[in-house]
Amino acid sequence: MARIIAGVTSSHVPAIGAAIDNHRTGEPYWQRVFEGFERSKEWIAKAKPDVVIGVYNDHASAFSVEIIPTFALGTAAEFAIADEGWGPRPVPVVKGHPELAAHIAQSVILDEFDLTLCNKMEVDHGLTVPLNLMFGTPKEWPCPVIPLAVNVVQYPPPTGNRCFMLGKAIRKAVESYPEDLKVVVFGTGGMSHQISGQRAGLINSKFDHAFLDNLTKNPKKLTRLSHLELMREAGAEGVEMVMWLIMRGALDDKVDEVYRFYTVPASNTAVGHIILANRVKASRKSAGKKVPAKLKRAAARQKIQRIRG
Amino acid sequence: MTAKKIVVKDYDDIPGTYVFDADRSRQGYHLNMFCMSLMKAENRKAFKADEAKYLDQFPLTPDQREAILKRRYNRMLELGGNIYFTAKLGATDGHPFQHLAALMTGSTQQDYADLMLRGGRPVDGNRSRSGQFEKSKTPGKASKPKAASKGKKRRG
Repeated sequence: MARIIAGVTSSHVPAIGAAIDNHRTGEPYWQRVFEGFERSKEWIAKAKPDVVIGVYNDHASAFSVEIIPTFALGTAAEFAIADEGWGPRPVPVVKGHPELAAHIAQSVILDEFDLTLCNKMEVDHGLTVPLNLMFGTPKEWPCPVIPLAVNVVQYPPPTGNRCFMLGKAIRKAVESYPEDLKVVVFGTGGMSHQISGQRAGLINSKFDHAFLDNLTKNPKKLTRLSHLELMREAGAEGVEMVMWLIMRGALDDKVDEVYRFYTVPASNTAVGHIILANRVKASRKSAGKKVPAKLKRAAARQKIQRIRG
Repeated sequence: MTAKKIVVKDYDDIPGTYVFDADRSRQGYHLNMFCMSLMKAENRKAFKADEAKYLDQFPLTPDQREAILKRRYNRMLELGGNIYFTAKLGATDGHPFQHLAALMTGSTQQDYADLMLRGGRPVDGNRSRSGQFEKSKTPGKASKPKAASKGKKRRG
């Protein structure tokens, strides 16, 4: 059975990609950003996911203003790298996992999430920058990646709650896939930033830290944030943090925070990164101890009755 | 009722911000499709060779056309442009994104870069035009609408 072992969030600032592509990662400005991902690279090298589900947003690359799908799942065998106006990024083609993607599509749609399915889709920095941050710059990405593009370009994006629930549906789909696969879900974008209009440059670190805290401990609270509040507090483009909630929804309610990194700025954006791991099931380790509270209470009542009787 | 009712959009209260919604998407359709065309190298070359001629392919309004030719980025947003699309125009010109951000915020690229290094534009005083969401409001001391003062210039 396939299972989701962990979730990763990461900003996907295009300038980070440009710094990698132009070999500027050693500059002090960029070093500060890349150093924050060193431990993450070690972690994922050990975790060795078989598949990554990459939740990101397309930045007018695969989708223009002609068609604006709210959730678009990549079901292709591979995804070409988009030319975003300065030539395609020199990164490996993204290989998909069409079988698992098709299974997820079927399961999730029958669970009433009306996905758009893409048998051909170019992917942009939104997906490839987090892959670089986690895997470095290999000749081939170490595992297949299933892209899930979420509309955050045209208002309104899906609500945080909808995203969280979609994460749960994706988890259910993954767990009903027969092959033994370790899956890691990436939620990308954010954190606070605004790149348009006179308010461009907005950063709200206080909001970001609270968001990270809640992402680990109290994600339900984040699902109640309105778009207005997100845009007001975290910038017009900060609204893309709803995508992190798809990742979070796909994990257990209680997770272990493996690692966290936050820095300001990368170009125009606050960079936030967190790794959350599902706990190894207690039932496997100590089957005898795990008795639901309800049963315990029932057993106690029976015991009392026996004594009285 | 003869007059068209105007939909009040809560997000219009955010200063210095043009939320790209379905109305703006429709209004800016051709502007954004022009930007989208710049994803192809041959189109970038053709545009650079003769900007006005290249723009003739797109049914833009005179205002949109002028905003593109003069690289007025906020005006493009106001006329239905979306930043992820207009950024392609900036990329075609060979500018880093911070150049566009500096233009939109009315500062130099160096000043904008310095602002970001200092931790970015603070949210306090920049939450709303009406000032109603400022948390640190104290009686008798109005919150400072920093970007709002610039935002007020915005039309539409």
